[in-house]
Amino acid sequence: MMQFMLLFSRQGKLRLQKWYVAHPDKLKKKITRELITTVLARKPKMCSFLEWKDVKVVYKRYASLYFCCAMEQEDNELLTLELIHRYVELLDKYLGSVCELDIIFNFEKAYFILDELVLGGELQETSKKNVLKAIAAQDLLQEDETVDAALRDVGWL
Amino acid sequence: MNGSESGFNPAFNIATIKQVVNEAIERVRMPTPTRLRDLIRQIRAARTAAEERSVVNKECAYIRSTFREEDSVWRCRNIAKLLYIHMLGYPAHFGQLECLKLIASPRFTDKRVGYLGAMLLLDERQDVHLLITNCLKNDLNSNTQFVVGLALCTLGAIASPEMARDLASEVERLIKSPNAYIKKKAALCAFRIIRRVPDLMEMFLPATRSLLTEKNHGVLITGVTLITEMCENSPDTLNHFKKIVPNLVRILKNLILAGYSPEHDVSGVSDPFLQVKILRLLRILGKNDAEASEAMNDILAQVATNTETSKNVGNTILYETVLSIMDIKSESSLRVLAVNILGRFLLNNDKNIRYVALNTLLRTVHVDTSAVQRHRTTILECLKDPDISIRRRAMELSFALVNGQNIRGMMKELLAFLERSDAEFKAHCSSAVVLAAERYAPSDKWHLDTLFKVLLKAGNYLRDDTVSSTIQIISSAATERQAYGAMRLWTSLEQSAVSGLATEKQPLIQVAAWTIGEYGDLLVSEASSAISMVDEDGVDDFVRPTEEYVIDIYQKLLWSTQLSISTKEFLLLSLAKLSTRFTTQASQEKIRVIIDTFGSHIHIELQQRGVELSQLFRQYGHLRPALLERMPAMEPVAAPHRDEQELDLSDTSPDHTKPDQDALLDLINGSDSLTNGDVEHQPEQIATTNNNTSSNDILDLLSGLDLTPSVPAAAPAVLLANNNVEPSAAPAALLLDGLFAPPATPQPPHPADANERNAAGAEWERAVLERGGVRVCVSARRAAGAAATLTARATSQLHTLTDFLFQAAVPKKIQLDMMSPSGTTLSPQGEITQVLKVTNPTKTPLRLRIRVSYNIDGTPVLEQTEINNFPADLFN
Repeated sequence: MMQFMLLFSRQGKLRLQKWYVAHPDKLKKKITRELITTVLARKPKMCSFLEWKDVKVVYKRYASLYFCCAMEQEDNELLTLELIHRYVELLDKYLGSVCELDIIFNFEKAYFILDELVLGGELQETSKKNVLKAIAAQDLLQEDETVDAALRDVGWL
Repeated sequence: MNGSESGFNPAFNIATIKQVVNEAIERVRMPTPTRLRDLIRQIRAARTAAEERSVVNKECAYIRSTFREEDSVWRCRNIAKLLYIHMLGYPAHFGQLECLKLIASPRFTDKRVGYLGAMLLLDERQDVHLLITNCLKNDLNSNTQFVVGLALCTLGAIASPEMARDLASEVERLIKSPNAYIKKKAALCAFRIIRRVPDLMEMFLPATRSLLTEKNHGVLITGVTLITEMCENSPDTLNHFKKIVPNLVRILKNLILAGYSPEHDVSGVSDPFLQVKILRLLRILGKNDAEASEAMNDILAQVATNTETSKNVGNTILYETVLSIMDIKSESSLRVLAVNILGRFLLNNDKNIRYVALNTLLRTVHVDTSAVQRHRTTILECLKDPDISIRRRAMELSFALVNGQNIRGMMKELLAFLERSDAEFKAHCSSAVVLAAERYAPSDKWHLDTLFKVLLKAGNYLRDDTVSSTIQIISSAATERQAYGAMRLWTSLEQSAVSGLATEKQPLIQVAAWTIGEYGDLLVSEASSAISMVDEDGVDDFVRPTEEYVIDIYQKLLWSTQLSISTKEFLLLSLAKLSTRFTTQASQEKIRVIIDTFGSHIHIELQQRGVELSQLFRQYGHLRPALLERMPAMEPVAAPHRDEQELDLSDTSPDHTKPDQDALLDLINGSDSLTNGDVEHQPEQIATTNNNTSSNDILDLLSGLDLTPSVPAAAPAVLLANNNVEPSAAPAALLLDGLFAPPATPQPPHPADANERNAAGAEWERAVLERGGVRVCVSARRAAGAAATLTARATSQLHTLTDFLFQAAVPKKIQLDMMSPSGTTLSPQGEITQVLKVTNPTKTPLRLRIRVSYNIDGTPVLEQTEINNFPADLFN
């Protein structure tokens, strides 16, 4: 099970955080800070895995952004790399050749996509198509509501 | 939208509607809040942290005011902004209730952002959980699948035990939903619920099995995940699910044999995510079950041979397959296949795959050593890998592979590794080398040589027990070996002293000082030329020193300001011994002068030694030759034979299995050397009552005591001399008191008696360690049955201690459970507590050995002590 996922920039700025374990805010901040420092200090030649406290940290850098997952001891770290890659592919498809800025400005979308891919720290959908379909359908639902509300507001509905 | 009906301009679109809406609202309300996008821009435009803070604070103040005014129109946007601010690290808890209001809204947009906020801002300590449980319950019953989806997703992320209990039945109902989108999410929710509250598992069992009959991969993978959790949860459920092995095998087979399906394909492999999950479940089901293992042998072989290995995905599946093959009762041919796959992994270009291979080999090495041995050369190559994690794994694996046959070759590689390795490896690596050498040494000479090399290469990173064990080995060796040892160590000592590297190699200096002190006569005598000093590389770098030169080197070291006190103690005593080993009057005079200077040394312990030893050149000169005679051979430590000394050790850090073993050995060794020094009453008697002929053993005992590794580097000598607080070092003071003070001096009270027991029944508490403002107290309280609860409290007055680790050991008949410590970092005025549960069915007197390690400003400190004055009625 994934305990948490962090996205952060090469400068150490947090871009996304998803926690599947209940920690107080203070602890989350401490873990985030320490882990970012540890990962950023690693040299490019080093492998993507890191035994850190009681979790296995799997991280991978895509352009200026680090994707970093904390997994439990029994989890397959190579598969976690695939999971990260899958997430990147989805972001790429949804936001169109994604870059760090896209994720900053559309962070809520990035969360929505992650929530359709992973639930409670475990993978819920292995088909890219299904994830994007679910996101698109929900976006449409939101759009309909906006139109609806607008019409109501000006008294046409 | 049907704009034409109202006769409106046909060119109207969403943008114009939005504009109209915005304008309409602006007219009646306060101005439109900044859009999320604009806020992000503003924050990013801030040049300094202070500027950013001011933007954020302004916006937060505004958001708070809208919350107060119950503004529901812009709530969604404000929460979104707040979430961004939260990610930057600013407090955002004041948005928690607003999130709940959003969730309660009928609009999907509100719900989507509201649930996102709930997942980010709430953790399970929040009181708002009761409120959110109601919202979730409503939404789990919604007609819109996406609303149900949002609720399930949130429940999966933040389910507290109470929420899990309240909503389990809803989730169970949704698992049976015909809608795959809801079904898969509900299955994972059930997984999380069981994780939080294992008791709730029963109710999900009936609905779970049917998940595997689905075609949808999402439902399949979540179903497998749920079953895996259930199987790990209870052995009964594990048995219950044994019958699904054929189903799993069939699903896996279909995945492999099925043609290309674009939806689930990853670089030519069909749904690796699902394959890995199934392989893992098979592993759990096949473990210790011959029948189930038999049923999956074929498919595992098929996966192992048919998987494409050019990409990471293929290796991912192979890796999981290898783990399964190793864990179940698989055929031996399959095991060989698995180890060979790992062997291939070791040669892979991808460092991640090499790392995984080493890790897995490390797990399997105890099951099938010979298969792993075949890859030894590759593993040794990995010691040179640029990646530190790979080097660490390779080192651990290499030590696991050392045996009687390959010890010479392996040690050569490992010693080379020790020399070039990073500081963090040296302690572990050197003790592992020492252990392996002790276990598999092909000859005594080789063993000694290896120990000397470790001393030289590990420097100060060497664990302190190695010093005493090396000395023991030299002491019990043949005379020729002892001379050889003295000569070898002299060469190293001289080189370190001349090159100024002695401070980095204090353990070496200590062993060398002891050895030269004992066998210095052999070192300088003609006889030494008869001993071959040619080493493995065919070099003989030994030059026989003159007595005078040896003393010069000692003087240089003793007057160095950087050597630790205990190293100097070794040197000083050694020098005194040399006065009887060296024959010329000039040398003796020189030694006397050096020793006299210590009579006014600033350190009280050294000063006392200086004064005492200088007496041996004056008033008690006639005692000197007898007192400083060579020590009798020390008994080699055979810890496991002594039942009483065998100690159980539990460690508080769960992830370091290897160091644990070392720590255990270390503690056992420590306890034995301690016992050597602990026979204090006997020598006391000799010292006070016997005449000089028999007292020659005493200083030997004294030097034996100096080896006691439990005395910290800078033992609190003042305390020793005055209070006798530290039991392990007390005999030294007692002995000397007896020897040099008038015989009638009353003995200081035995340290164990100094602490009086409290009134029976009340909580017993003692300070057991106290040094440099760091204090460890242990309190004991009786518990039900033959058990007691001990609580150790550590406090520090001045310094912040990091990596604080508390270890404890008890005699074998007693069982010790250590709870997790309250922390590893101790700030001044702070406290770390560690609870220990001691079960003592035989009611043997409790002895507790504790060991505390921590870093002060990056300097590691290690202390240990033994407590044996627990109240006798603790277990009644």
